[in-house]
Amino acid sequence: VTDARLARLGRREGQRTAWFQAVRRRHVAGWLFVLPALLFYAVFVLQPLALTIEYSFYRWDGVGPATWVGLTNYAAVLSEPKLVETLFNGFRLVIFFSLIPVGLGLVTASVIQRVARGRLGTVSRSVLFLPQVIPLVAAGIIWGRLLSLPGLVNQALSSVGLGDITRAWLGDFDTALPAVGIIGIWVLLGFCTVLLLTGMTKIDAALYESARLDGAGWWPEFRAITVPSLRYEIAVCLTVTIIAALAAFDIVYVSTGGGPGNATAVPGIQIYILAFLERQVGLASALAVVLVILVLLVILPLQRLSRGDD
Amino acid sequence: MRVGRGELVAGRALLLALMAITILPFVSLLTSALHPSGSAPAGISWPADPQWGNFVEAFKVANMTTLLASSLWIVVAVVPLALLISTMAGFAIGLLRIPGARWLLLLFVFGLTLPFEGIITPLYFLARQLGILNTRLAIVLPLIGLFMPFGVFWMRAHFANLPSEITEAARVDGASSWDLFWRIHVPLARAPMASLGILMAIWAWNQFLLALVLVEDPTQRTMAGALGAFQGHYATDIPLLCAGTILILLPTLAVFVLFQRQVITALLQGSVKG
Repeated sequence: VTDARLARLGRREGQRTAWFQAVRRRHVAGWLFVLPALLFYAVFVLQPLALTIEYSFYRWDGVGPATWVGLTNYAAVLSEPKLVETLFNGFRLVIFFSLIPVGLGLVTASVIQRVARGRLGTVSRSVLFLPQVIPLVAAGIIWGRLLSLPGLVNQALSSVGLGDITRAWLGDFDTALPAVGIIGIWVLLGFCTVLLLTGMTKIDAALYESARLDGAGWWPEFRAITVPSLRYEIAVCLTVTIIAALAAFDIVYVSTGGGPGNATAVPGIQIYILAFLERQVGLASALAVVLVILVLLVILPLQRLSRGDD
Repeated sequence: MRVGRGELVAGRALLLALMAITILPFVSLLTSALHPSGSAPAGISWPADPQWGNFVEAFKVANMTTLLASSLWIVVAVVPLALLISTMAGFAIGLLRIPGARWLLLLFVFGLTLPFEGIITPLYFLARQLGILNTRLAIVLPLIGLFMPFGVFWMRAHFANLPSEITEAARVDGASSWDLFWRIHVPLARAPMASLGILMAIWAWNQFLLALVLVEDPTQRTMAGALGAFQGHYATDIPLLCAGTILILLPTLAVFVLFQRQVITALLQGSVKG
């Protein structure tokens, strides 16, 4: 009797080991599946990121020997007026690339939902989305023309009797940054509108029905139902567009190159100029690290907001 | 639905105005491209004698055939490989749930917030060290790495939401992870893979910073990179620049018109999932 039981136990033990081995094999195989992606990501993203951090502690022209300078580069980024202004410009772009497209996108999406449920809505969705798929470089070139002295913007202003305020919008110290911002609005409005519209179609229709029975108009309905129900989509929109603002490069490079003076120099442009034109690799890297940290500092609280109490 | 007449008119007027603002820049681009080469066209004005020949001229001076070939080369080198390895990783993280899957996912998602400018300087020195500076590989290899965060994130979302019955049934039949992946899950993942592929192709085509920094010769660059160089050379000849810009835009616009639904849903879901 005991022998038979032992044999049974042994068999069960053997099965268990086999099972464990199978699971372990499966885990090893699983890791092999991740390996190629992880390798490319580690070599061409994580490694350069680590190197950026390393470079930021040195003074280096990219050719000769590098000198350890501790936190000097960071002190420069946070105190040199030119570089502080660069960071400040990045945040000013957030107004145009993020706050305005999200705000206007909310209004546009709610308008489409209320008055254009048919063909007009479908067409306007596609049309507004169009600037999102063209290269940003092309957007920069197109708007560089529109905002120039003989461009469409001045032509339109003159035709409505505002000829006095016409100017080369991208070449004027006071208007260059908002002008670049307008390009960002043009590119990002459609993205925000369509994203928010998708969220709106998921809002319970009964909420709107009861609001309408109470005779609520567009604004009360917008404020009391639409915006609160879209918290998650709004957070996503803000996240994507804030990254686009703080990391802006293509549009600015093509339309103004950071000028006039330092008026539109955003962090991305300044990193490029410092690293590849002025050969101050350490300083460029310190600015890059600060940019990465700033993006994370702005983005992380937003993620919490979007999860909130659902 | 009861919507007041005033609101109906105001709302539709707003939509039409926004659509006009979106479209007019393209119209201005087209009319500018049709003016005589070397002239300085204003805003929107139809030329007396439209110079359709500008497109032929721009096609020649921009070396358009070479540019198209170069961009296609880059897309073909990047997209299939990036698609395959991000699908594999998404499969392992989302479906096999290997130990450490949560951390791996977090590591990849961190990459979504990373501005390209944060790593462009070391990439230059890295490419120089690897001896691939000024070749298309200098764009291709980093681009595959840079696509991993979104690709893995996107494919994981697909695999994590699959009902587990499919996998369990196959496991009982004794299928290995490799069989499971190729025989069952790749065919099932065709839709999200197609969307991801289209997105990656558009992003590769439109990639500017990598091309600008890592490759000097415009004929070895992406379309967007070549456009940047073209602007540098022909900044003074506005009609020619506009004609060249239109030519470079056409392929992306064609893809958008053809795959509109996939492109829009992919871009949106990509930012919402997670």
